[in-house]
Amino acid sequence: MAAHIAEKKGTFLEEVIEATPGGERLVHCLQCGSCGGSCPSGADMEYTPRTLFAMISGGDREAVLAANTMWACVSCYFCTSRCPQNIPITDIMYTLKRISIAERRYKNTDAPALAKTFTDFVDKYGRSYEAGLATGYHLLKRWKPIQLMKMGPMGVQMFTKGRMAILPTKIRQIDQLQAIIKKAKELSASEKK
Amino acid sequence: MAEKIGIYVCHCGSNIAGTVDVEEVARWAGVNVKDVVISKDYKFMCSSLGQQMIEDDIKKEGLTGVVVGACSPHLHEKTFRATCSRAGLNPFLCQMTNLREHVSWVNSDKEAGTVKAKSLISAAAERVKHQAPLEPMRVKVNPATLVVGGGIAGLQATLELADAGYHVYLVEREPSIGGHMAQFDKTFPTLDCSACILTPKMSEVGQHENVTMLTYSELEEVSGSVGNFKVKIRKKARYVNYDKCTGCGICVEKCPRKVIDDVFEVGMGHRKAIYTPFPQAVPRVPVIDTANCTYFTKGKCQVCSKICPTAAIDYEQQDEIVELEVGNIIMATGWKLFDCKKIPQYGYGRLANVYTNMEFERLCNAAGPTNGKIVLRDGKTEPKSVAIIHCVGSRDVKTNPYCSSVCCMAALKLEHLILEKTKAEVYAFYIDMRTPMKEYEEFYQRLLEEGVHFVRGKVAEVTDAARMPDEQGKLIVQVEDTLVGKQRRIPVDMVVLMGAIEPQADAKEIGLKCGISCSMAGWYTERHPKLDPVATMTDGVFVAGVCQGPKDIPASVAQGAAAAARVQGMITKGEVLIEPIVASINEEGCSGCRICNTMCPYNAIEFDEEKNVSRVITALCKGCGTCVAACPAGVITGAHFNNEQIFAEIEGILWDAKPQTEKKELQTAK
Amino acid sequence: MKYAYYPGCSLECNAAAYDNSVHEVADLLGIKLQTLDDWNCCGATEYFSQDELTACAVIARNLALVEPQVNQLVAPCAACYLNLKKTDRLMSDHAELGAKVNECLAAGGLNYKPGRVTVRHMLDVIVDDIGETAVRDKVVRPLTGLKVAPYYGCQVVRPIADGDCTEYPMKMDHLLTWIGAEVVDYPVKAHCCGGHMTQISEPQAFELIRRLLQSAQDYQADMILCMCPMCQLNLDGYQGRVNGFFGSDFKLPIMYFTQMLGIAFGLEPKKLGFGKELVAALPVLKAKLNGQFALS
Repeated sequence: MAAHIAEKKGTFLEEVIEATPGGERLVHCLQCGSCGGSCPSGADMEYTPRTLFAMISGGDREAVLAANTMWACVSCYFCTSRCPQNIPITDIMYTLKRISIAERRYKNTDAPALAKTFTDFVDKYGRSYEAGLATGYHLLKRWKPIQLMKMGPMGVQMFTKGRMAILPTKIRQIDQLQAIIKKAKELSASEKK
Repeated sequence: MAEKIGIYVCHCGSNIAGTVDVEEVARWAGVNVKDVVISKDYKFMCSSLGQQMIEDDIKKEGLTGVVVGACSPHLHEKTFRATCSRAGLNPFLCQMTNLREHVSWVNSDKEAGTVKAKSLISAAAERVKHQAPLEPMRVKVNPATLVVGGGIAGLQATLELADAGYHVYLVEREPSIGGHMAQFDKTFPTLDCSACILTPKMSEVGQHENVTMLTYSELEEVSGSVGNFKVKIRKKARYVNYDKCTGCGICVEKCPRKVIDDVFEVGMGHRKAIYTPFPQAVPRVPVIDTANCTYFTKGKCQVCSKICPTAAIDYEQQDEIVELEVGNIIMATGWKLFDCKKIPQYGYGRLANVYTNMEFERLCNAAGPTNGKIVLRDGKTEPKSVAIIHCVGSRDVKTNPYCSSVCCMAALKLEHLILEKTKAEVYAFYIDMRTPMKEYEEFYQRLLEEGVHFVRGKVAEVTDAARMPDEQGKLIVQVEDTLVGKQRRIPVDMVVLMGAIEPQADAKEIGLKCGISCSMAGWYTERHPKLDPVATMTDGVFVAGVCQGPKDIPASVAQGAAAAARVQGMITKGEVLIEPIVASINEEGCSGCRICNTMCPYNAIEFDEEKNVSRVITALCKGCGTCVAACPAGVITGAHFNNEQIFAEIEGILWDAKPQTEKKELQTAK
Repeated sequence: MKYAYYPGCSLECNAAAYDNSVHEVADLLGIKLQTLDDWNCCGATEYFSQDELTACAVIARNLALVEPQVNQLVAPCAACYLNLKKTDRLMSDHAELGAKVNECLAAGGLNYKPGRVTVRHMLDVIVDDIGETAVRDKVVRPLTGLKVAPYYGCQVVRPIADGDCTEYPMKMDHLLTWIGAEVVDYPVKAHCCGGHMTQISEPQAFELIRRLLQSAQDYQADMILCMCPMCQLNLDGYQGRVNGFFGSDFKLPIMYFTQMLGIAFGLEPKKLGFGKELVAALPVLKAKLNGQFALS
């Protein structure tokens, strides 16, 4: 197995395998399509996960990273649990998201903006901040004020039911968390070089 | 006498030479191993030229021992022993050591491989000096044969042997012979009726003067060895006297207790509490199912007993152990169907109109519960659309990683039957269509013409959760059509799951009884996967049919016949040579403690009351060594595996733990 | 038995009803929950799509905070549960990644030995550790006559199923029969609610929500019971907008399984967070439980 993958050194397949824990199972793909058949977002995907795996094997890096497949993924893990070859498909989707975000290859999706807004709050407070997320994401990152208005009535209801906090909560030892995050980002950056 | 050892190191092409410096190993052994007078390497030692070289050396140098460092003794020990024999050296003075499976194939570091090869050669050389010349034992072969399993493979083997004039004991677990083939409707690719071609063979076996059928019986115990096995068979109580019963069937007809038949009809139909599994059953003698019989459960009824014209019903019957003596055994124990409930997303057991292929076979069968009408579980509605799902429990590391090999063709057959018997649209979902045998691809082409909708994709799920109006009340098959790259939802009335072919649940246990092992998946292991597909590692035990691996009817029949031919060869020869690797007891030192008597797994040690000593029965001893290790006085010796030989071998393997000068050799090797 | 408790961000406010009912029910069943001091957000799915090491480090901080004498950590939210469990597994199975995560934790003066903490979901604790007899013993107001649709969602049962089926899980079904409810066996009980897709692509998310509501309604459920705050938010909070989008008329209360457990145990609805749901549940209870239920 090790030798088999070593031969693929430097290929896109190797890159995806390296970046995914358990990713070496990818070489076993039978192209059966149980992933694409299981996917609740399957109808919204330009390429099914199976097609994407064939493209990865074929080294079609550009097209894979521009695909909407991983952005349509809802992390339901049906593909992973049903895959007859135990390929960690959902985790491969995360890998593709990471590469796509790092190289800004994504198109027509607000998912990276949502992810960034979300984690920015966690970096700052140590907790997520729903009210901030809604406004920050829809107004600042996405510039879809209409969307925010559409959500207005629901937001009001949530407020009146006491289900949306106006202010964020902050953890006590935020310095500690930030030190951990800083170290993680440093290590990741040095690895990519 | 001074020892003169010859060392022969094989390259095996690049198989060994690729990861072991064979020339260096031969050179080193010639210089460093004591008593070695000649040490050579050669491209293919097993070739006639290689063998000739060894023969010439034995004669010219007067070698007293030969070491061959090559492949596994399983493959070529016989070859090199014969080589030595031809040159006048006792074959047991030839020692093989495995430089391929034990070194080159399991290692990629050439330096380390070379060092290990030296150790193994050194060990073999030290050992061979202590080996003694031995003479093989000759044993007569009992011409009777035991066949385990009365499916098509076992039936074929039985008939081949019986027709050749030899006696066969055929053991079958179910009340009738016939196996799975008796359940099928048609056979692919010719579509001839399964029963029509099977039942003549069944009755031939049933009536054959050379066959003793033991149905409703299980293999209990096997002892002895090739040529002379002793076998115990448990004949389960039928509660019907086999000799008195005429098979008139009136007891079955009059029995008031109807139960679901989970075996032959796979839950699709009924049988009585006293029953034969199907009309053409062989023998016609019924059995009583005590779990359901009213007399056995409530103590009342006895209708069968009252009505039987020959007074054959015997409620007091007990299981009976039959002891047989046979020379050879053919295992043809067959297979079982994968439990489709293990893939819950296909809905079997939860959604009524999801069927297994075996259930569907019964549905198609004219003798089946619906007289061959394909209808839904309500018993009357003909489906307007049917989906057939391939690879259910096959090619899936979560269930069975292997391909069951016959399901594609079996599915095509069922698809044809649906088109023939109904007006339904047929959808077939496959991963890869596998039709490799004679006229199989042609059958696939025929089905393409007949209008089956083939969809390439492993079905994700079968659900009754409708999303669209046209899905209401239907089973929806959700799949990626991989040739298009789109998810599709296809509403159908009926779904058939092509369940995997699996080893029998107790295959391993039964195999162990006669000393044969199973592969990871649970199939019996043949002696060689290509060149010896019906023999096993245990002499005198052969395998046939699906118990050795998934296969179709023609292949099962061919293997049954092949196993029978091998057995005939043994019988015709009349005797077999058995390796003289047996234990012996030095009676002078024996204290008569009898520990070895109880430890011996083959009951091969008898006790002489008069002399108060134990004695090995050579014909029964398998040379396992248990008694050798157990003897508190240390007076039992295992021929060819005595202490001297083993210690010499250890000394040899630890050559580099010896003086510094030799260690230097190790350094230079690196 | 003592468990460390990781509420997760949603349970602080949006899913306070879940948090309240978890505590109420736990107290009654003798489950000692000790909230993890100064826990931080698990990052949901959002760190994993940016940087795997950061994602694991942020999650692992929580595992490292579990007191040495406690080895069980309970998370009621499906995303938190999977993140915590998955990170522990990743650190165990991939030693190199585990070492790096610990290098990050060290920057905050922390360390976590993979495998030390077993991450549990609240449902598993109640069903597996407390069990049928103890649960049945506490029932004073059986939910006889109420048809409930248990909704498992995705991440508690997949990819790591803790002793349950990944396709048709049964644990909540069993639990609900113990408290007298009639359980609706509908086919989509472990299908997806859309997760964060409500924020990214509403048409896609709304279709997934509609499928769940439709199936539960087809099987005549009175309410859906869930075990994840994201599922509850999508099915309850967005139910009105889904109706608007498809022109449908769903009116299914979406409650947490712990809330109904509390009702069966005779607890006050208010204490259990009733009234915080957008599709009101109390009228349904009143109608279905044959007057044995006094509205408070």
